[in-house]
Amino acid sequence: MLQIKDLVVSVEGKTILQGVNLEVSPGEVHAVMGPNGSGKSTLANIIAGKEGYEVVSGSIHYQGKNLLDMDVEDRAREGIFMGFQYPVEIPGVSMNNFMRTAIDEIRKYRGEKPLSAKEFLALMNKKKKLVGLKESLAGRAVNEGFSGGEKKKNEIFQMALLEPVLAILDETDSGLDIDALKIVANGVNALKTKNTSTIVITHYQRLLDYIVPDRVHVLSDGQIIKSGNKELALELEEKGYGWLE
Amino acid sequence: MNSPENNKKEHQDKVLNEVSNSEYKYGFVTDIESESIEKGLNEDVIRLISAKKKEPGWLLEYRLDAYRKWKAMKSPTWAHLNIPPIDYQDIVYYSAPKKKKAEYESLDEVDPELLDTFNKLGIPLGEQKALAGVAVDAVFDSVSVKTTFQDTLEEKGIIFCSFSEAVQNHPELVRKHLSSVVPVDDNYFAALNSAVFSDGSFCYIPKGVRSPVELSTYFRINAANTGQFERTLIVAEDDSYVSYLEGCTAPQRDENQLHAAVVEIVAMKGAEVKYSTVQNWYPGNKEGKGGIYNFVTKRGITKGANSRISWTQVETGSSITWKYPSCILLGDNSSCEFYSVAVTNNHQQADTGTKMIHIGKNTRSTIISKGISAGKSQNSYRGLVKMTRKAENARNFSQCDSLLLGDQCGAHTWPYIKTFNDSSVVEHEATTSRISEDQLFYCQQRGMDEENSIRLIVNGYAKEVLNQLPMEFAVEAQKLLSISLEGSVG
Repeated sequence: MLQIKDLVVSVEGKTILQGVNLEVSPGEVHAVMGPNGSGKSTLANIIAGKEGYEVVSGSIHYQGKNLLDMDVEDRAREGIFMGFQYPVEIPGVSMNNFMRTAIDEIRKYRGEKPLSAKEFLALMNKKKKLVGLKESLAGRAVNEGFSGGEKKKNEIFQMALLEPVLAILDETDSGLDIDALKIVANGVNALKTKNTSTIVITHYQRLLDYIVPDRVHVLSDGQIIKSGNKELALELEEKGYGWLE
Repeated sequence: MNSPENNKKEHQDKVLNEVSNSEYKYGFVTDIESESIEKGLNEDVIRLISAKKKEPGWLLEYRLDAYRKWKAMKSPTWAHLNIPPIDYQDIVYYSAPKKKKAEYESLDEVDPELLDTFNKLGIPLGEQKALAGVAVDAVFDSVSVKTTFQDTLEEKGIIFCSFSEAVQNHPELVRKHLSSVVPVDDNYFAALNSAVFSDGSFCYIPKGVRSPVELSTYFRINAANTGQFERTLIVAEDDSYVSYLEGCTAPQRDENQLHAAVVEIVAMKGAEVKYSTVQNWYPGNKEGKGGIYNFVTKRGITKGANSRISWTQVETGSSITWKYPSCILLGDNSSCEFYSVAVTNNHQQADTGTKMIHIGKNTRSTIISKGISAGKSQNSYRGLVKMTRKAENARNFSQCDSLLLGDQCGAHTWPYIKTFNDSSVVEHEATTSRISEDQLFYCQQRGMDEENSIRLIVNGYAKEVLNQLPMEFAVEAQKLLSISLEGSVG
């Protein structure tokens, strides 16, 4: 589904990713771990298509297409979803309006009819239950006045609504208490299918108690220095990142 | 290889340049025979206008008095506007679509071209509008074409007609209230309007009556070289209520056209008047050529205790806007709200805001102003809050926000606060922001394209004001915001 080959990326002249290779197949959950500043968020942003990054060399293919040629919104419409580390507030735009616009545009791209108001509300209610989102949040402006935990839950809620093919969760666990963490993890697990994949980017191992990865990668100084199965995460928890360098 | 910053800059420039592609939808000209007088302004022209309208002597005297005062006045220069000199002798002060008879008995008698114009503007004068529950007075160039829904209103004793008809049929009401809020020599443009106003709307709500429908006036400038000078007077007697809507468009022309209107609102004891404007005069082309000069005086007075006036405006058109819908809060416990969204793009200039003059005890005013600037435009908020000595325990809350799209436009805020007593409270908040890259990225990551993302963010920003508009106007205003900002990214 996703093939990253020898990817070198710089920001403002500074090289952040120095030849990353990663292959994700349908149905898999991959965890990307690593210390602060290792390039984890850069990797997420470059897959989603954020501006301000320069791809020096290498390639990313997604479902056989050259991802780097695609606009941000087209990547999203093709099924790539990013759960943000710091979700932004959009004052005055209700969650209902925001998600309706997003879903309509994605459906239009896929040649599908827009959802009726009734269908849309039914979908919202169903997904709200899935992630345990408070009823009232949908009427409020996007992330405005949400607590840290609510913002993260809201990311998973949006993911549930958009049903992505490939979800990248950028430090979704940071700042969450254990209950919120469980809710987020349950949401991710419930959405998992044999055709969809997830990349979980995290600093800590504890999220991986709830989302069990098929593969774990350690990113350090812009390179994947070690890959392994879920036991690698436990080893990292015990020994820290230092022993790998 | 280009650096990302360069790429980004290029991209922004490209998108900003695309602003020019946004078309003004209402730029067509109606090919219709009209009866105009010669260009120029002097006492004879004023006598001619007055005679054409068969006005009583007192009104002619009023006009002449205004004209003499205007001649002694100078065009204001204090606004943050670059106004090219205006040759007042090069303007036609009266133009009217030719009609076969003096009055239209039914819509069948109105020139089909004219009806077609209003249909194109989405202002059907026939049954549809009646079904929508809105009474419409349509003013084409200088005269009122048709006022709909008359019978329903008459049953309630509501008078809603063109200003000229009001002068003929209700002279005592007009005489009593005309210039009771905006004196003839209040300012340069108000004095000019008082001298040459051609038509407009008159609205009278009797005591205790709530208007069952929204009253709406639609102004259209068509003829070239013609100024439009409407006069609107709204009088709401004790405990009455009315919601009033105003819309405006003009054809696309290379020369500038002057629009200098005066609106007066009188709210008696316990009365409530909501006045909503969606102003979409032709803004000029992308180089700033052409467009309407919109120099308008709007003022209300909460004359009786517990009365209320609200001004809501969505300003997207005109090449230059000079406009400060204001309120004199005279009655104790009366209140006024001002909600404004002003959008400027390309070379548009807007200097707009409000004045709240608190005189009565416990009076309250709220000012919510949202400026949006794009292109090379200049957008200014200018507001005065005055608490007079008698205005005990009066309160004002002002919030003035500016949103910038791109880096070649300007946003300015000039709040003036004058307090002459110790018990009143004035609060002022102001912010300036840009649409952040992070907000855009967030929307686009959810599948929205750039245009739709901006549309969503801008409408969210303006929501507090748009929420004040009646439903069908709010929808129109949202669309208008999107069109006005097409292609502009910050």
